[in-house]
Amino acid sequence: MSKYYLLQDKKKCIGCHSCEIVCKSNKSLPVGPKLCQIITVGPKMINGLPKAAYVFMPCFHCENPWCVAACPTGAMQKRAKDGIVFVDHSLCVGCKACITACPWGAPQWNPEIGKVVKCDYCKDRIDDGLKPACVTVCTTHCLSFGLTETLPDIRRQRHAEAVAGLDA
Amino acid sequence: MEKTVYTLCFMCSVRCPIKVQVKDGQVRWIEGNPQVPGMEGSLCPRGSAGISLLYDRERLQTPLIRDGERGEGRWRKASWNEALDYVAEKLKKIISEYGPQSLVMGERTNLSTHVSKTFLKALGSPNHFTHDALCKGSVNTACRSLFGYTDAQIGIDYKNTRHIVLYGRNIFEAIAVKEVNGLMDAIQAGAKVTYIDPRVSVTATKADRYWMIRPGTDLALNYALIHVILQERLYDAAYVDRWVLGLSELQDFVQPFTPQWAEQETGIPADEIIDFARKISRDKPSVIFHYGYRGAHQQNEIHLRRSILILNALMGSVEAKGGIFFKKGPGALGKKPARKLTDQTLPKVTTVRFDKVGTPDFPLPDPAHGVPQVLTEAILKENPYPIKALIANRFDPLKSIPDTNGMKKALEKLDLIVTIDINMSDIAWYSDVILPESIYLERTDCIQQANGLKPQMFLRRQAVQPRYDTREAAIILKQLAERLDIGQYFPYQTMEELVEWQLEPTGFTLKDFEAKGFVAYGKDPIFWDRQDGIQFKTPSGKIELVSSLLENAGFPSFPPYPKAPEPAENRFRLTVGRVALHTHVSTQNNPLLSELFPENVLWINTAKAKAIGIQNNDRVEVSSSVGSGTIRAFVTDFIHPEAVFMVHGFGHEAKTASRCFNKGLADNVLQENLTDWVGGSPALHDTFVTVKRVQ
Repeated sequence: MSKYYLLQDKKKCIGCHSCEIVCKSNKSLPVGPKLCQIITVGPKMINGLPKAAYVFMPCFHCENPWCVAACPTGAMQKRAKDGIVFVDHSLCVGCKACITACPWGAPQWNPEIGKVVKCDYCKDRIDDGLKPACVTVCTTHCLSFGLTETLPDIRRQRHAEAVAGLDA
Repeated sequence: MEKTVYTLCFMCSVRCPIKVQVKDGQVRWIEGNPQVPGMEGSLCPRGSAGISLLYDRERLQTPLIRDGERGEGRWRKASWNEALDYVAEKLKKIISEYGPQSLVMGERTNLSTHVSKTFLKALGSPNHFTHDALCKGSVNTACRSLFGYTDAQIGIDYKNTRHIVLYGRNIFEAIAVKEVNGLMDAIQAGAKVTYIDPRVSVTATKADRYWMIRPGTDLALNYALIHVILQERLYDAAYVDRWVLGLSELQDFVQPFTPQWAEQETGIPADEIIDFARKISRDKPSVIFHYGYRGAHQQNEIHLRRSILILNALMGSVEAKGGIFFKKGPGALGKKPARKLTDQTLPKVTTVRFDKVGTPDFPLPDPAHGVPQVLTEAILKENPYPIKALIANRFDPLKSIPDTNGMKKALEKLDLIVTIDINMSDIAWYSDVILPESIYLERTDCIQQANGLKPQMFLRRQAVQPRYDTREAAIILKQLAERLDIGQYFPYQTMEELVEWQLEPTGFTLKDFEAKGFVAYGKDPIFWDRQDGIQFKTPSGKIELVSSLLENAGFPSFPPYPKAPEPAENRFRLTVGRVALHTHVSTQNNPLLSELFPENVLWINTAKAKAIGIQNNDRVEVSSSVGSGTIRAFVTDFIHPEAVFMVHGFGHEAKTASRCFNKGLADNVLQENLTDWVGGSPALHDTFVTVKRVQ
């Protein structure tokens, strides 16, 4: 796994898709490929209230990426310095083996260039000291990005507040 | 070469402050202005799609003159000189034959609205109108009836609220970034959200309390809430005693509106109404009964909006932290606002407006905005006089005014239709001349006077040169004005010169905006003293529940409650609304936004759909008394059985807007042109439709 983690605070997400739009805009992608995506699950009635989840789905940048193992040309790579998984387009032949291999549907097809595109956590932005596009622009700042061990533990915090029973 | 430009978004009308990165004359990146609290990088999806608008090859690129029948789509490219000369010549002829009042100009309210108003006044026409009344005319009138201020002069302190009540104010889909983040902060700090809507929107899924109210009965709910609040003395007695006039009249009026009565009308259990009134009153005055962004649902809309504002008054939340407040201008700090062209001495225009606003026929709507939906009938019946020319500036009467077929008939009577726009809108498609406007990234704009708790000014700055042969509306109108011999009212050659002219009295210069995109008149939020200092602008200086504005115009403050009719068998109340990915009628052709939300669908209740043989994703025909069309059905439990719903803004007819052409269905094809004749809004939810499966 890359040394980074991209955390979604689902309580704050409003499913607006700004992350998807800015990602496509930043990478100049045509109609089709979505490097990250908000998937709406629900609504469903839970304890008398309509609830829905807006789930953020980027690439997970696995420790042992199946897409890299499946790539016959070495185009799909894991960056040595931080573990970001990315495609080198000069080596991609468009065989789609990575699309087949990935259990989560992260690699996407770009019909304009006939090659695979995928989330690379905006590594050029990271190298400039910035955050990924989706994280920077997220309407509610429900996305945060950083070293896995330093990210805020909001879920634990919220659970603690809920069980503390001080709100009567 | 690289540069950073602090400017204002214009993917919708909210004007979020943004930071634009430009490299070699190309826009590379846009994010929310990091120096503005509540923005801090954030952009909504429409704002995120700004670059794809800039490089969209389907937007308007050059002046066009019609070269076929109206709506046929045959054009010839024209130079600016040719197009402007053509329009000026036609206008001169129309004005000499029918008088200046025969020219109407409608626009989406924008930063150069004072330029458009000056243009019409200088010509002698009273007929400038904005889109405002279509959205919130009755909210405006309701605010004036109680406080003496318009809705635009009132703000909401989301961040500090303890409990907010949203009547279909779908705040997490009809997004203004700062509002969303203010409310998110409040929620993180423990604030409660109550959401009331016949349909489960995204906002409903984030609420602590959700009521699927029977459509059209919000007013009944509010009268019952007021009944409980007065009966149980849950109101802020000190505040009400000091600032509210007409409490006993209100008490007498709401006597019959018990929670049990409201349960019958709204479908909300009486005990929940009572429980809610008790709970929310514990958080007063830091509560918000949201008076709405759009307030254009029913023919008695003004009374719904008044009832919401009255609930705030009872909670003492008017001019309270975590409640609603009056916006303070630079005058509060002894300073001056930016000038507007309308501050000049202009010819007095005494002719009655086309919509008769300000006359005994239609006394109360705000004449600063007018009432657009009256235009259809005014043209068709030549009442009060013949209208022969229309300039549509970023406003589409064919997609925004109820009853499209009626509007099309009216347009046939016009001798000249001119559209100033960035996209091939439907009104552009039906125009005689199209004057293409530069988009927000390509132009400097007039000053935004941002009044609020802290008065500020913001500025939209040009980030890149226009990509095509386009100009700013304020320049287009000036160049037209010169050809119509009224050029003296437009003392500028460029937008920068106009802005400098505006800034002269303020003590600020253009340069002061460079570092952050805005300037502030003072540092601290200004709240008036709740005991002595609230400056209501009503004749009594108080909140007038019995309103002198209404009563003097011959309207009762508390008319009898009209029961919401139940739809006849197999009919539904048509309701409409927003989605985060689109702005009204203007973004459907955006390459990125159209990919994620290409067409609208018709929400219909599962049991009702089953009864009339409709399955999810079926193509259905929807019909009203004025029009019909087809759309895909979305069958769901999450809408009230009496209602159907569709997102506004689809069903475009302009063929060269290829991504949205003929996608989905236009709500206003179906909507009957009905008006709240007190407040001024159209009644967009008072049309009943039939739905049947297309074989």
